[in-house]
Amino acid sequence: MIEARGLSKSFGDRRAVDGVSFVARDGEITGLLGPNGAGKTTTLRMLYTLLKPDAGTIEVDGRDAQREPLAVRRALGALPDARGLYTRLTARENIEYFARLHGLDAAQARARADALIAALGMQELAARRTAGFSQGERVKTAIARALVHDPRNVLLDEPTNGLDVAATRSLREFLRGLKAAGRCVLLSTHLMQEVAALCDRIVVIAHGRVVADGTADELRRLAGEPQLEDAFMRLIERGDAGAAP
Amino acid sequence: MNPALVVYLKECRESLRDRRVLVNTLLLGPLLGPLMFLMLVKLVVGRELVKSEQPLPAVVIGAERAPELIDALRQMGLKPLPPVANPELAVREQRIDLCLRVAADYGAHWRSGRPAQVEVIYDSSRREAQGDADRLRAMLESYSHRNGALRLLARGLSPGIATPLAVAVRDTATAQARGALLFAMLPYMLVLTIFIGGLWLAIDSTAGERERASLEPLFINPVPRDRLLLGKLMGTATFSLLSLVLGLLAFLLAARFMPTAELGLSLALDLRFFAIALPMLLPLVLLICVTQVLIAAGARSVREAQTYLGLAQLVPLIPSVMLSVVPIKAQLWMYAVPLLGQQLALMRLLRAEPVAGLTLALSALATLLAVAVLFLLARRSYESERLALSG
Repeated sequence: MIEARGLSKSFGDRRAVDGVSFVARDGEITGLLGPNGAGKTTTLRMLYTLLKPDAGTIEVDGRDAQREPLAVRRALGALPDARGLYTRLTARENIEYFARLHGLDAAQARARADALIAALGMQELAARRTAGFSQGERVKTAIARALVHDPRNVLLDEPTNGLDVAATRSLREFLRGLKAAGRCVLLSTHLMQEVAALCDRIVVIAHGRVVADGTADELRRLAGEPQLEDAFMRLIERGDAGAAP
Repeated sequence: MNPALVVYLKECRESLRDRRVLVNTLLLGPLLGPLMFLMLVKLVVGRELVKSEQPLPAVVIGAERAPELIDALRQMGLKPLPPVANPELAVREQRIDLCLRVAADYGAHWRSGRPAQVEVIYDSSRREAQGDADRLRAMLESYSHRNGALRLLARGLSPGIATPLAVAVRDTATAQARGALLFAMLPYMLVLTIFIGGLWLAIDSTAGERERASLEPLFINPVPRDRLLLGKLMGTATFSLLSLVLGLLAFLLAARFMPTAELGLSLALDLRFFAIALPMLLPLVLLICVTQVLIAAGARSVREAQTYLGLAQLVPLIPSVMLSVVPIKAQLWMYAVPLLGQQLALMRLLRAEPVAGLTLALSALATLLAVAVLFLLARRSYESERLALSG
């Protein structure tokens, strides 16, 4: 479970995130939905302790992210926007490297890598060096290495970005599997179809603020629009109006 | 396993698969220095040797007026060339290097015992011509002196009368010292070897990771940043050290082909040198590597890191040039200056002079202190949010 309360972050004069609060529960997929530049990536970066919030608190499974950053990082797995691989290592070596950094021994690392390689259907990739991997192959490898320590909380920044239909579909299946296993899954996206197809709860962000929070039905009701996409646009416009001085 | 060790092993494995690292560490770093050096020595030493032994060609004008002089000069190595018109112009236009002109009244003056004139025409702004002209003048003076003595003897006087001063020049430079003067650049070559050995790994594992967007995922692992930094630093240092060991061995091997004996120089590039220089340079390896990692972490891109490090590479040249141009008497405090201390000690080693344990300890201590300071700076850079955000 992830709880964010009043998160704020500025870069120079620009306020990227401005008082964001929400809860992502175990056994649910929570979607952080917002247009480009709304502050989704910055929010996620604060959650996985890469950035320090200027204000606000984060708790992951009850642990404070600022006081115990290492414990929090152990409790979560993150697929950041930056998903560069080591191109001179094979996919398996990339995955096992992160496993060893999590403190797993060689045998455990191998076993976890085997399990993820099977779950993500990347048996044919495992022994290949990652130079020249397709976008889908890269994302699979990056997800495998992010989840190599079997974390209870999973954060994904625009996970389906650049993936083709088949790859998107299999990724969604994989995420549903995580949810079924009782994991807390939080993903950011700017795609309506993504949240509609996947998410139990949706947190709509615009201009660094939460403008709505609820299930798809609740958001439709809140906006007074029968279509989710219209509801989304309406909510963001309201956010814009609220942000105006 | 300690996460720093995990990072270290991964950096080593990845680098062993990187052709750029291998070329730099195993080939360019160790061989560039000795090869450049061998060529330089061959060129300088070879030329000096050849010069003093080979005949000295010079255009001679009016040889028929002084046949005895020309014969005597020929025995000393002069090779007379046929005369040209207007020798001054010919020298200026570099058609000829050196000309000896016997004055028209040479015979008359010689016979009457008055000074007979000869002229040496050359261009002193050409370095090579200067040496040749000096040789010719020395020949002429020796002939003049000999004949002067003969004339005095013929008049029943001791030639000693005309030589009130007997000047003997005694050069106290030992053969080793003269060699080391020539070899003042060798320490820089070794420093360069260390530099090149770790160069690509330092860039690739910091600026490179950032540029390829793999630094952010790495930072999400539950590992303190200084462990990551330590692993990368150790990887860089390993390849630097490898390069240095190979470089030292290459110098040992190259020393066999250096024509030092022919010049009466001896250069202590032997196993003793190897055994003392290697441990002495270890702190310097760390210093250079931590500097490289620090600079690479501060650069915005791989390109920028390459530019900065290319400039940084020239810094060790300062003490080398200083020591070879300005003769400095080594003071104890100089050993406490990283880089300078090692250079001074290396030069003493090359001259086969003893190196005091105190100076080595001082140099090691001062260098390690600098390593610690730079490591703290690098850690600060690693912990900054700026480094974490790629792009």
